[in-house]
Amino acid sequence: MSLSGKAAVTGVGDTDFTHDAPGKTILELQLQASLAALRDAGLHPRDIDGIVMPMGGGATVAEDFVTNLGIPDLRFSTTTPLGGAGAVAAVQCAAAAVATGLCRHVLMPLGRLGRSGQNQRIGARIQAMPQFRTVGEFESPMGAMAPAQFYAPMARRHMELYGTTSRQLAEIAVTTRRHAILNGNARMRQPLSIEDHQASRIIADPFHLFDCSLESDGACAVIVSAADVARDMAKPRVLVTGVAEGHPDSPSAITQRPDMTRVGLAKAAARAFAMAGVTPADIDVAEIYDCFTWVVLCQLEDMGFCGKGEGGAFVEGGALGLDGRLPVNTHGGLLSQAHMAGMNHVVELVRQLRGEAGAAQVRDAEVGLVTGYGDLGDGTIAIMARG
Amino acid sequence: MDAIAKPTPEIGPLTRPYWDGLAAGKLLLQRCTGCGKIRHYPRPLCDACHSFGHDWVEAQGTATVHSWTVAHHPFHPAFRGIPPFTLVTADLPEGVRILAPLRDAGDGALALGTKLVIGVEDNGEGLALPVVRLAR
Ligand SMILES: [Zn+2]
Repeated sequence: MSLSGKAAVTGVGDTDFTHDAPGKTILELQLQASLAALRDAGLHPRDIDGIVMPMGGGATVAEDFVTNLGIPDLRFSTTTPLGGAGAVAAVQCAAAAVATGLCRHVLMPLGRLGRSGQNQRIGARIQAMPQFRTVGEFESPMGAMAPAQFYAPMARRHMELYGTTSRQLAEIAVTTRRHAILNGNARMRQPLSIEDHQASRIIADPFHLFDCSLESDGACAVIVSAADVARDMAKPRVLVTGVAEGHPDSPSAITQRPDMTRVGLAKAAARAFAMAGVTPADIDVAEIYDCFTWVVLCQLEDMGFCGKGEGGAFVEGGALGLDGRLPVNTHGGLLSQAHMAGMNHVVELVRQLRGEAGAAQVRDAEVGLVTGYGDLGDGTIAIMARG
Repeated sequence: MDAIAKPTPEIGPLTRPYWDGLAAGKLLLQRCTGCGKIRHYPRPLCDACHSFGHDWVEAQGTATVHSWTVAHHPFHPAFRGIPPFTLVTADLPEGVRILAPLRDAGDGALALGTKLVIGVEDNGEGLALPVVRLAR
């Protein structure tokens, strides 16, 4: 049995994104986003019978949502702890659950106090996560303890092998910022130039400040429903036509990875395209996980939008803009909208395919994709279509 | 004023010989006693033959550059004031890699394949760690 077309996204919601959600807990933010998604779907909280929590071991659990939303009969709950790949992994998990009849409407809330959560800045968070146990023991004592430092050698090797430049990475940051400026709910609204990017301080060479994503407060929620049920719901259906997960070789240490310029998405993408019966040429809009500019470039190659080593040239000249060859991160992404661990990418893809994306709407967007990238290279992808 | 300590490894029985080796000035690598495959970082099982059996062999001490980064932002308070420092991902002839700080040179001296020698150095807080230098 193929999962293709068996599930649809029927509701999306988000909070305002800030640097400092005053006095709010992650649960409150998630509940606020969940209510927005329920309104969007035209569902009552009692209709929810499945919950997938993308941040396993996070601050909240499914029980919190049962209690607060008054869900009478939760029939399926799980977590997808793949870091930034977890949001799209949750879509896969929810699609499988509704396709097999385990439940009908799955709520997927994701919230973060990335900015204001004191003492929980990135270094400290990483140390506490079991998926970072190996690098925690063998690499962190040398000062390598943040994703910027773990991923920088991937980008450096790509640059040395293929001539990829920092200015090409800047193209991604600049285009993404241009999209954020069109979005009413984005943190970064000042124009950014390639020169601004080049002048910004270096965090971990070759990454400048503007190659790195934000730390944000807020929440997103998405509802996935059985496709047949979704036919009679409030908004036009957005069908999940292809979905897949992939893990890189040596998933616990990039240092030991045979090819460190390739990530788990390289294994997942072909499966998702085959399931959906489309090719990269059919994609109208792509929301690509962008914890770093480099990670976007790498994923474009690993999905087959261009060959390995061709990503730098692919992104040049505004190619990722609304009128470019492949509109990417039309909401401003993690780089300039907010860091909602990729659930904001799922929300944006659904809005694009419904024609609800406002000033950043891609004309005639019918087929799109969203990716996740997590931890040390886990990858996820969902292809969706208006239907 | 007490300085903030650098991150220390959580050493378990499996990885103790690796850290004891560094403390004695040697970079030790885990070798499968079932099939002879060398693996790094240390872990319980050989992914080639699925034997738990292993012993430890000293690395030859040479390496080549696979990639690198220059850390400018200190992501840990104990590293404030130390950056920039170059961390090299180095290929060992044994078929595994190490991550190690570059000594006595800057990243301008590096290219893919640049020859290195491996050393061991105390981190100033009683923890011995591998370092690399350009091969003469
Ligand atoms: Zn073996």
